[in-house]
Amino acid sequence: MTDLTELGVAQIRDGVAKGDFTAVEVAEAFNANVAAAQDALNAFIVATPEKAVEAAKATDAKRAKGEALGGMGGVPIGMKDLFATVGVQTTAASHILEGFRPEYESTVSQKLWDAGAGMLGKLNLDQFAMGSSNETSYFGNVISPWRRNDGGNASLAPGGSSGGSSAAVSARLCPAATGTDTGGSIRQPAAFTGITGIKPTYGRCSRWGIVAFASSLDQAGPMARDTRDCAIMLEAMAGFDPKDSTSLDMPVPEWEANLSADMKGKKVGIPREYRMDGMDEDVLKSWDDGIAWLKDAGAEIVDISLPHTRYALPAYYIIAPAEASSNLARYDGVRYGLRDLPEGANLQDMYAATRAAGFGAEVKRRILIGTYVLSAGFYDAYYTQAQKVRTLISLDFKNAFESCDVILAPTAPSAAFALGENVDDPLKMYLNDVFAVPASLAGLPAMSVPAGLNREGLPLGLQVIGRAFDEQGVLNAGLAIEQRAGFVAKPEKWW
Amino acid sequence: MSVDTATVAKIASLARIKVTDQELEAMVPELNGILAWVEQLGEVDVTGVEPMTAVIPNTLRLRDDVIDADPLTGGGIRDKVLANAPAAEHGFFGVPKVIE
Repeated sequence: MTDLTELGVAQIRDGVAKGDFTAVEVAEAFNANVAAAQDALNAFIVATPEKAVEAAKATDAKRAKGEALGGMGGVPIGMKDLFATVGVQTTAASHILEGFRPEYESTVSQKLWDAGAGMLGKLNLDQFAMGSSNETSYFGNVISPWRRNDGGNASLAPGGSSGGSSAAVSARLCPAATGTDTGGSIRQPAAFTGITGIKPTYGRCSRWGIVAFASSLDQAGPMARDTRDCAIMLEAMAGFDPKDSTSLDMPVPEWEANLSADMKGKKVGIPREYRMDGMDEDVLKSWDDGIAWLKDAGAEIVDISLPHTRYALPAYYIIAPAEASSNLARYDGVRYGLRDLPEGANLQDMYAATRAAGFGAEVKRRILIGTYVLSAGFYDAYYTQAQKVRTLISLDFKNAFESCDVILAPTAPSAAFALGENVDDPLKMYLNDVFAVPASLAGLPAMSVPAGLNREGLPLGLQVIGRAFDEQGVLNAGLAIEQRAGFVAKPEKWW
Repeated sequence: MSVDTATVAKIASLARIKVTDQELEAMVPELNGILAWVEQLGEVDVTGVEPMTAVIPNTLRLRDDVIDADPLTGGGIRDKVLANAPAAEHGFFGVPKVIE
């Protein structure tokens, strides 16, 4: 019998529908992988094997009655622990939310359950999604299943913030997982672990019930093994939600049915500003490979300019912390989460003690930066200036899309780095998202597809950025790359 | 612009995060590193540029003027609201004494 955990979303969905295997068999196979890898990889904060089996039983029962199984029928998934799940601890990988059991379900997770998916567990992440290496979680680092080919066994970062999601999908602990992307948190971890992930247009997926980081940037999206699986899962996740004021009131396209790797008549823009001094040679080579693959698929390659690229990251590190400092003001030790009440403390002391005990160092750093740039006297110099630069970055893309249909760039400036390597230097860590952040600031759909391995045997990702609402164009270019890259590498099992 | 220990202490107090003197000392150079780096935004000519307010053009909606139109966000769920409170008594959130 085939190893069911080697199957992706489409294969599981189709196999369950045809009766090749049952949904319960699939759920149990993945439950076993989750349990076996937990000590070594720490990808999950909470495993919920019973939820996975329960949903699978429901799918099998529906099939027995001849009912429709839903777009994700019989597919067990991992849920990033940033999505509120009713009755199941939801922490954002923070101490301040440890033990928090929501009385409600996030819109995106509910849509997935309605589509027939089941939950294997809540995935680890960087605390409040702030980080690029999954080293800021209160519940410990996630270890990438990948290792360098130098014979050493240095623990590598799975990327962040969706590091539990990326590690779990690449290690075959789940066929797919949810991610969220504020400034690269789906794409960079996908690139680091040789999987596929897409951040849709801002507003496609409801933010309701997702622990907020930077509300004007946060978007949920799928992380899976290939483009088709991402298309299937995004269809289940997306859709208008009146409970999110920035939700797009548009029908959800049939992304899977309309997948096409034929790029004839399409123009692919190569942004010259993304070619930076001192860039990693292997990353440059994979970019050139991507260009050749899209040409082979029939696309015309055009040189484009995004002149404000170098200002995207500093603008992001004003805007995102500003929004975070405001969003995270809600954690006060009164309504939910941790409370630290020192002897004789008044209300203000309690707030300050609770937040000191409940937030990690990176979260505090960003709250302080955000508080500073929003404070009287500095607001215009920092925040307003950053929002103006954001307008210019968005205009750059608008102008570029006059002469091309999609943009091709590397996802990250390097392959996965070792844990601990960047942790003492916040700025160096922030630079990981240099290629990912511009599309976030402009709210555009962007995905990462595996392109190959570097000389160390580690995966590299290519990023496709599209026009607003054109997830199809992004997925199609991703599929064209995927078919030509022939990426089949997976981490050798050591856990 | 750079910050000193007193400024960081002020920001931390505004953000309601208690910091020790030792933490303050460590934070000053970190925050200054980040602030010096974001300073480069000042180079950008933004004459006549409007600050971004909506990344994707959208209109703000009004919900139907109906009480509890959505049971999830409507009323009548006091116990659910209080379920995760660190201290809840008699249907209220409990906090330390505010008025002496």
